[in-house]
Amino acid sequence: MHLSLSHFSAAAVFALLTSIVFGITQREDHREMVRYGLKCFAFFIGGLFVAGWAMWLLRH
Amino acid sequence: MSTRPNIESRPSTAAGAAVPASTGMAVLVLIAGWLVPGAGHAIQKRWVRAALLFVCIVLMFALGLAMEGKIYSPNTGEILDMLGFLGDVGAGGLYMLTRVMDWGHGAIQMATADYGTKFIVVAGLLNVIAAVDAHNIALGKKK
Repeated sequence: MHLSLSHFSAAAVFALLTSIVFGITQREDHREMVRYGLKCFAFFIGGLFVAGWAMWLLRH
Repeated sequence: MSTRPNIESRPSTAAGAAVPASTGMAVLVLIAGWLVPGAGHAIQKRWVRAALLFVCIVLMFALGLAMEGKIYSPNTGEILDMLGFLGDVGAGGLYMLTRVMDWGHGAIQMATADYGTKFIVVAGLLNVIAAVDAHNIALGKKK
């Protein structure tokens, strides 16, 4: 089996799975787990866009 | 003088409160969690957490293999390979299965194969975090 993801989709899947594990393991309360997981996911995706635009600016 | 709370004497009144287990049980949970993602939580009847951890870690590892990521071997002499190996070994049973089945040779001609390699390493590291979390629950340090 071979899977070919784009750079963005690979990073988005990575962010989703990692955020879920971080949420479960880094917080105690269920509500806090969800909030922390969402926060991590938002930071991952935000960082992805920032890095993408930074590379675009460097190239131009 | 230590400022840490004495968790060994923490009362276990309400359902779901931190109940310290024996050290042997805590070690068992740690090893089980390392061998099978989420098993440490499952032993302690944290079913939802166990299922989510299992799905996330196994999916990340499987996606890494599907993207033709590389599985590191021990004793290559390269420091980065050794660090990669340590990350891979964190996946426990998944790493052993992969070595037995001879999967994960990598494909250096593909750009996404490098993503696959990173997926596999991070799946191992996340599995270590999950196993330590289960250990902390068993010790009563976490709910």
